[in-house]
Amino acid sequence: MFSWDLLANAMVAGFLIGGFYAAVSLGVSLIFGLLDIANIAQPAFVILGAYMAFWLNGAFGLDPILVGLGLTPLFYVLGAVVYRIYYESFERRGEESLRGLVFFFGLLFIMEVSLSLTFGVDYRLVQTAYTSRSIDFGGVGIAFRYLVPCVVGMAMTLALYLFLGRTFYGRAIVAVSQDQGALRLMGANPVNIKTIAFGVGIAAASLAGALLISIAPVIPSTDRDYIGRMFAITVLGGMGSIGGTLVAAIILGVAESLMATFFGPSWSLAVSFGLLLFALAVRPAGLFGR
Amino acid sequence: MRRQGIAILVGVAVVVCAIAMAKIRVNPYVYFAGYVVLQYVVIATAWNILGGYAGYVNFGTPAFFALGAYTAVFLIQSVRAPLPVLIVAGGIVSGLLGLGIGYLTLRLRGVFFSIATLALSIVLQTMIVNWEYVGGSRGMSVIRPTGPPFGSYVTFLFTVMAGLAVLSVLVAWFIERSWIGRGLAALRDNEEAAECMGVPTLRLKLVATTISGALFGVAGAPFPYYVTFVEPNSAFALDYAVNALAMPMIGGTTSWIGPVLGAVLLGTAQQLATVTISSELSLFIVGVVLVAFVVLAPEGLIGLVRRLRGR
Repeated sequence: MFSWDLLANAMVAGFLIGGFYAAVSLGVSLIFGLLDIANIAQPAFVILGAYMAFWLNGAFGLDPILVGLGLTPLFYVLGAVVYRIYYESFERRGEESLRGLVFFFGLLFIMEVSLSLTFGVDYRLVQTAYTSRSIDFGGVGIAFRYLVPCVVGMAMTLALYLFLGRTFYGRAIVAVSQDQGALRLMGANPVNIKTIAFGVGIAAASLAGALLISIAPVIPSTDRDYIGRMFAITVLGGMGSIGGTLVAAIILGVAESLMATFFGPSWSLAVSFGLLLFALAVRPAGLFGR
Repeated sequence: MRRQGIAILVGVAVVVCAIAMAKIRVNPYVYFAGYVVLQYVVIATAWNILGGYAGYVNFGTPAFFALGAYTAVFLIQSVRAPLPVLIVAGGIVSGLLGLGIGYLTLRLRGVFFSIATLALSIVLQTMIVNWEYVGGSRGMSVIRPTGPPFGSYVTFLFTVMAGLAVLSVLVAWFIERSWIGRGLAALRDNEEAAECMGVPTLRLKLVATTISGALFGVAGAPFPYYVTFVEPNSAFALDYAVNALAMPMIGGTTSWIGPVLGAVLLGTAQQLATVTISSELSLFIVGVVLVAFVVLAPEGLIGLVRRLRGR
């Protein structure tokens, strides 16, 4: 017996999760998609953001999303510092491909282990006033726990889209991704612009982390589940296309949700990685590739 | 030919020493910890055949290692196969996976290859978690066969692993000194240029991924008997991926001695730190050492020694 109700619920839940996945993937879209820096430590920054929200929520009772927003300057500086180290050690010497990858992998591992040393390996979750509420549309339930992160994720996507398209620095970042040499000829310093872009990408992780911990419980090794998702979305969305990121995130969210509903939740993780392998092997340029 | 003969003799001598060590009665924990260090010699050497010689960064070590281990679990469960069969079967199955990954390099280079290997590891883990016959997510316990040829079962496994470590180092040594090694070095430096000069890049990459995968599988096959309880989270631990690339990076990736040096130093340090401090902190140290070496000494210990000699 096929249940249309179940299908509708799964589709809506997947769509909402997709909006949240967009928030998580924007940083990778910016850093990997546009700057071509293989920052596989990005999910660890998201988990760091999640634990910051957990800690400040526990200590002062602050709303997790406000904490995430408030900590963006701090994460921006952190990202800028990480990029400077990366630039000085690898990019300037022209060794970024192999050793840079190992550098970020090491960073991911250090952050993960540090978090489990500080906070332990128990599941952590932040409860807010709106997390337990939901609205019902003729049999299709919409939980606020998913709706709020989805709305914030879409707002972040729009903000980044406008930043890259309309502002001076945003357009400079796009210019760096198109032709670094030409930008240098225009009298701009590509390294400074890349520092800004990397900082913005890490700052997005702060907010994404806050959303993450209000959706589902988090442990330090949760970052591994998100590596595949982030890169699958970025590649499928077309490497640096912000609109493409949102569309790919929603596709992944719906696909995972359908998989979890009809085959069992233990299979949903394989969806993102399967999609990534498929996208990489069949169409590496992604849906909206240049 | 003479140098090859010497290399094999040295290898045999190491195995004999390991057997002799197993005969002497020392604290049994030494064998228990020594097994892990030797296992890392195999893993680091296997990683370096693809990562160091060919320049393809593989994050999927846990996939190959666990595939070897789970092949062994399956064979123990179904036909109670003896240890040598387990090792050979583990090597073949993981080698086939390596061959598949090798064909993937046709479309995926650099970063994309690395991400795909990471993805592979998670997909494989999901499949094992859903496969009840080998224990699923709960894991399953494995009963060691009674009556090892000599010593206790752990000392026996220690000797076996010593033999496998020597085997893998010999394989790496032969590859490094043959046309395969030179071809891999050429494609590491510039794949397009190598292809244009007539280097059979695809065939070389397939050889490298298959051998590397097979050695990972060989390292994983005795794992069920070593731990006697296999579950997906420990078999697919990210620690293997980090160690597999940290050890060659610390030792130096261009020569067979690099991964051995890295595995012995880092592996021993980790074992000591696990006993004296905590296993979490020992992993933290691995991460910090890895990043420090990648940033400050990109050529590893071998490069440091060479630089000191050059002056």
